[in-house]
Formats: sequence, C-alpha cells, structure tokens
Amino acid sequence: MNVTATLFGQALTFGVLVWFLTRYLWGPMTQMMQARAARIANGLEAAERSKHELELAKQHAADSLRAAKQQAAEVIAGANKQATVIIDQAKEQARIEGQRQLDVAVAEIEQEKSRAKQELRTEVTNLALATAEKILAREINPSVHGEYLDNMLKGL
Amino acid sequence: MSGSFTPSENPVGYIQHHLTNLSIGDGFWTINVDTLFFSIILAVFLGWIAKKVGDNLNPEKPEGIQNFLETVVEFVEQQVKDTFAGYNPLIGPLALTIFLWIILLNTMDLIPVDLLPWLSSAVGIHYLKVVPTTDLSATFGMSFSVFALIVFYNIKIKGGLGYIKMFLFHPFAAHGTFAKIVLMPVNILMTTIEEIAKPLSMGLRLFGNMFAGELIFLLIALLPFWIQWTLGGMWAIFHILVISLQAFIFMLLTIVYLSIAHQEIEEH
Repeated sequence: MNVTATLFGQALTFGVLVWFLTRYLWGPMTQMMQARAARIANGLEAAERSKHELELAKQHAADSLRAAKQQAAEVIAGANKQATVIIDQAKEQARIEGQRQLDVAVAEIEQEKSRAKQELRTEVTNLALATAEKILAREINPSVHGEYLDNMLKGL
Repeated sequence: MSGSFTPSENPVGYIQHHLTNLSIGDGFWTINVDTLFFSIILAVFLGWIAKKVGDNLNPEKPEGIQNFLETVVEFVEQQVKDTFAGYNPLIGPLALTIFLWIILLNTMDLIPVDLLPWLSSAVGIHYLKVVPTTDLSATFGMSFSVFALIVFYNIKIKGGLGYIKMFLFHPFAAHGTFAKIVLMPVNILMTTIEEIAKPLSMGLRLFGNMFAGELIFLLIALLPFWIQWTLGGMWAIFHILVISLQAFIFMLLTIVYLSIAHQEIEEH
C-alpha cells in the first residue's frame, strides 16, 4: 500500500492518454459539434429568412391580385362607356341616314310629282288639242294655227 | 504460497492476500505490475474507442458511443466553462481524460472480487489487485501530474517571482513592511500546506473511497454464499454512484485547482 515507482508509470500513461484523447477525440469532436451548432443556427436563420420571404411574396401576390382586379374593373367600365358611346353614335348615324333617305324619298316623290304633272300636262294638252281639233276640225287648220297653239302650250 | 484461500478458513489471510499487489522489486522502486497492467489496458481501450469514434464522427446522425461521448464531452466542456476562468485548450481534454479513465479504473471494482484473481491463479499468477485506483501509486500518479500542471501554470501566469510572492504574502496580508516580514514564516508554512494538500487530498480521497469499497466487497465475500448476492448486489449498485461521483470530483477539483493557478496574484 506504499507509494512506489508505479506512480511514474501511471503518470506517463496518464500523460499519453491525455495527449491521445486531445488529438483523436476532444479536438475532432468539439470541432464537429461547433460546426454542427453553426450549421443548425444557419439553418434556423435561413428558415426564418425564407419565412419572411414567403410572407413578402404572399403580400406581393395579394397586391398583384388586387391591382389586376382593379384593372379589370377599369377595363370593363371603359368598355361599357365605349359601348354607350358607340350605341349613341350608331343611333345618331341611323338618324342621319334615315333623314337622308327620307330626303331622297321626298325628292324622288317631288320629281315623280313634277314628272307626272308634266305628263299630265302633255296629256291634258293633247286631250285639249284633240278636243279642240275635233271642234275646230272644220274651222281651223292645224297647220295654220299650230304656231299659235304651241305658244299657248308653252305658257301653261 | 499456494495463492488460494478459502475465505471462511482464514479471513485475515484472505483479505491480506487480496490486498497484495503483484509486484516486482523492493522498497520505493517496486513496480506494481497489476496496477500498471490494468491501467494501461483500460487506457488503450479508452484510446481505441476514442480513435474509433473520433475517426468516424457523423455530424448528421450521431449514434451509439458517439452519442454517449458527445454527451460526456459537452458535460465536461460545460463544467470547464462554468468553473475555469480564462482560456486554456488543455483543460477540457485533461478533465475529460480524468473523468473517463477514472470511471473505467473504478469500474474494475464491479467485477466480482474473486473472479480475476482466481483466473490468474489458474495460470500461475498468485497475487492480483484488480482495481488500479485502490493503489495509492495510481491515484497519486494522477494527482501529482495535476500538481505538476498547477505549479507549471502558477509560474507561467504569475511568473517565478509572483509564485514566490504567493508563498511569502499569502494567505495573511499586512500593510507595514515589518508586519509583512513577521508574517512571512507563517505564510510560507500555510501556503506550502495549502499547495501540498491539493494533490494529497485528491489522491487520498479517490484511493480511500475505492479501497473502502473494495474492502467491503471482500468482507461480503466472507459471508455465507446464500446471503452474498443480496449485500453484494446492494453494495454494487451503491458503488456505481461512488465510482462516477469520485471520477467527477477528481475532474472538478482538477479544473478548480488549475483555475486558481491561472489567476493573477492579487495585491494585498
């Protein structure tokens, strides 16, 4: 039970063991654990960041959607307005066209009327001439009185 | 000597036989072969495991022994962080080695007391003390290694003069020159005792605990066989606590003493 030279052997073993464990266990393991801790921290940070980015993207998407909706509403409103304008224009054009056709018709009628008048006049004249011819057949020679009659016809 | 005793025939002889080292040489220059053998075997075992785990570190999916060693390393690192003021990369692995090695050395105590001596006597070795920490040389081997580190860091941090001043003006401080000189012998005596007590108490504490534990196992072995398993089992279970606790205390004291050695001398 005395302290003996075994002590030196023990101390030597101890020293070698300390060196060995430092070299092959403590060093690599603490380094690995530090690296792992850093990696976990980075991962968590990245997760946090992507969460934030997701939030931003969501917000962005909502904004875009809202803007698109607004734009669509504007387009529809514009189209409606334009349709009204087009309808108004069409109405106006139709009205003008109708008026024009009416005018044309009136003119045609007028023309027709005057032509009928003319025809009627000619007819009446012929009739009158025929009648007068028959009446004056005995007294008047068409060749003698023709000029006179023509002048009268022109005066009608 | 035949080497085999029947416990009930000669209890004193049985115990004395068990407490005798397998040794070579005389006096101080005796070499306790069994102590060295088991210490080195366990050191090699520990180194083998350490190398195996250290070479195959898997940061993604730690398994088995790596898990266990990570826990221990983290635990020791935490102790060092909490206790050790300053920075020294040696302290962590030193504490880890002390903790693991002492646990392994102490655990030899849980092997049935007669098993290994009986096996060795079968091959002609008649003395065998299985637990290295029941040998003062083993515990002092460690505690004086730590003491050497304490002295080394004391001198490194405080300087040679500072170290001498620590002996001269500590623990009793005075203001006058005369009072200082008067207090010097007392201070030298007190500081010397304080410093020497560190390795002695560490080594003796571990030795005492393990020796007592071993002795109780031997006493239990003297009892009739039908009662041995009850008491032996109970003591073994309790002894698991002692084994790890002593390893922890040795480690913690090492950290504390080295921390003190690292502190600058305070001016009184």
